[in-house]
Amino acid sequence: MNARRSKPVRTIVLYVAVLAFAVLFIYPFLIQIATSFKTDPDAANNPLSLVPNPVTAQVWQRIFGQSGSSAVPVSTWVKNSVVITLVVTAGRVFLDSLAGYALSRLQFRGRKAVFAGVLAVMAVPGVALLIPKFLMVNYLGIYDTYAAMILPLVVDAAGVFIMKQFFDSVPVSIEEAARMDGASIFRTFWSVVLPMAKPALITLTILSFQGSWNEFSHFLVVTRGTTEHQTLITGLASLISGGEGASTQYPLKLGVALVTTIPVALLFFALQRYFIRGANDGGVKG
Amino acid sequence: MARIDDQRPVEDVVSPAGARSTQAASASAGTPTGQPGVPGAARVRARGGIRGREGIAGWVFVTPMIVVLGLFLVIPIGMALWVSFTNWQGSTNPFAIGNGTDVVGLKNYTDLFARDGLTRDNFMQSIGNTFYYVLLVVPLQTILALGLALLVNSTRLKGRGFFRTAFYFPSVTSSIAIATVFLFLFSNTGVVNAFLGYFGVDGPQWFNDSRGLLHLAFNAVGVDDPGWAQGQILGRSLWDWLSGPSVAMFVIIFLVIWTTSGTFMLMFIAALQDLPVDVDEAAALDGTTGWQKLRYVTLPMIKPALFLVITLGLIGTWQVFDQIYVMGKGKPAGTTLSPAYLSYQQSFGNFHYGSGAAMAFVVFVIIIVLTRVQRYVLTDKDERKPLFGRGGRK
Repeated sequence: MNARRSKPVRTIVLYVAVLAFAVLFIYPFLIQIATSFKTDPDAANNPLSLVPNPVTAQVWQRIFGQSGSSAVPVSTWVKNSVVITLVVTAGRVFLDSLAGYALSRLQFRGRKAVFAGVLAVMAVPGVALLIPKFLMVNYLGIYDTYAAMILPLVVDAAGVFIMKQFFDSVPVSIEEAARMDGASIFRTFWSVVLPMAKPALITLTILSFQGSWNEFSHFLVVTRGTTEHQTLITGLASLISGGEGASTQYPLKLGVALVTTIPVALLFFALQRYFIRGANDGGVKG
Repeated sequence: MARIDDQRPVEDVVSPAGARSTQAASASAGTPTGQPGVPGAARVRARGGIRGREGIAGWVFVTPMIVVLGLFLVIPIGMALWVSFTNWQGSTNPFAIGNGTDVVGLKNYTDLFARDGLTRDNFMQSIGNTFYYVLLVVPLQTILALGLALLVNSTRLKGRGFFRTAFYFPSVTSSIAIATVFLFLFSNTGVVNAFLGYFGVDGPQWFNDSRGLLHLAFNAVGVDDPGWAQGQILGRSLWDWLSGPSVAMFVIIFLVIWTTSGTFMLMFIAALQDLPVDVDEAAALDGTTGWQKLRYVTLPMIKPALFLVITLGLIGTWQVFDQIYVMGKGKPAGTTLSPAYLSYQQSFGNFHYGSGAAMAFVVFVIIIVLTRVQRYVLTDKDERKPLFGRGGRK
């Protein structure tokens, strides 16, 4: 009965451990929010404080372009990020499920070879693709265009794999009924299969949204890095890694970083259980 | 690869259509037509008609995928392989020889290993840096992820959902945004140094400190660049190889562990929740301590998840790029160079695309070899699993 008596102690140890880690994981984000309302000297003098003194919205005015020349082109970055993320996500969800369905359900010559190809492509590490992507984009004459930023991302092998696995796990009987009623293959896919695949589609939407919103290295190699084609992520990267004057403006940098975090955070808190499924289905970011 | 027919539900197989499709499957590929079983002529027609239509539809459905992956992934890798055998400088067409672009054979590869020079110095330093980076990140993030999973999975803990969210959240945010936060946390006047100041510790200038941690440890016991460590290995002295990660690299190591543990924690939680309850109870009845239970019951049962986490960790860490790009670009003194960043720098900064491509392919090979070796080491001889096996789930 020794074990039972030691239980409260163990529970306390458990809570201390888990709370310590929680502070370690949450505190940086709280500091980030607080610092975005601080002045530069305050951020440097009281970095640990969660209370800005004085409170200033200067950073946010610069981010939203209301302070003239010192404004950061955040609005252009946001526009690019939103457009690219929406197009890439729509493309991935549609084209990945189309291909995943064909690989799972439709009998065609060469299907196994195509699927083996998808698996092989998934195994290629991203680091080996930076120069190749640049070479092809250059060769096609679309360097530094939206086409170069979007087209290479509109299909991803991991998404095709997830959809194929999902369709493999769903009974065929309903689609067979539709097909017997004379519906075409595409019609069956569109009006019968896709509505049934909602959980997998949500997972795929989240993975695609998160992936394209946070994308960095691809945009780095297929564009020149001028404001016109900068997203929030590449813009933020240029803000924090270059520019002499920008070397210490931590409130501004943390504010912009916060802007890049908010959309994914909102989606995350709204659809948490799908995120968790996605993390277990897909790979992991590099 | 599982055949699609194996996964059909039972009622399907007993229906006439299903029975026919299993017959067809044994003959050639399965034909999942949904037509009621009218044998004979109708069946022949079905084979020609529906199968033909399905064949066309199948190819139409996968064509966008094949075009995109082929055009922007498969073919470009071939192009890069070609470029890695040339001295292309980026100005002309890399596929037209002459005009200043020549085939140089394996020179770009041999320069990385065999020829004394800046390229080899940088490349070997990046390999050394990344070796220590991987050596620390992979075990530590695996242990932290497992620890967090065990904590969050404990039935005695209230608010488990909250803690799981807190630990996972960094994983969904952008690596660049997180790096921004860490640049501030570890800046000279930043949070970490302010915190250390409370204890009277004068924190280092984290991002400017190129001293290796192992060197610091050697110095602490009075060893500094000794005679036995003067031998040259691939252009670097043994003493340089033994530097350990620099203080600046250590910050990146800390950041990456902090960011990715959440994702791996979820994989461990999924595996832990699949454990049968009676095993747990049996272990409790046998009077095992918590540590014994972890070592002899839990760990062996979540081995597939452990395997997956280490594999993904090895693949991810060797490619570290984003954090390097925004947190130092190799500075200070080249101690945060990674092969991925160096490959980028060599191509897009110095316009030596051939050399940069060669580096990328070397990293590619390193990753493949390491994951194979790890697979061999961690798997029992009689139960080898596919490299991307997800045996831990359901």
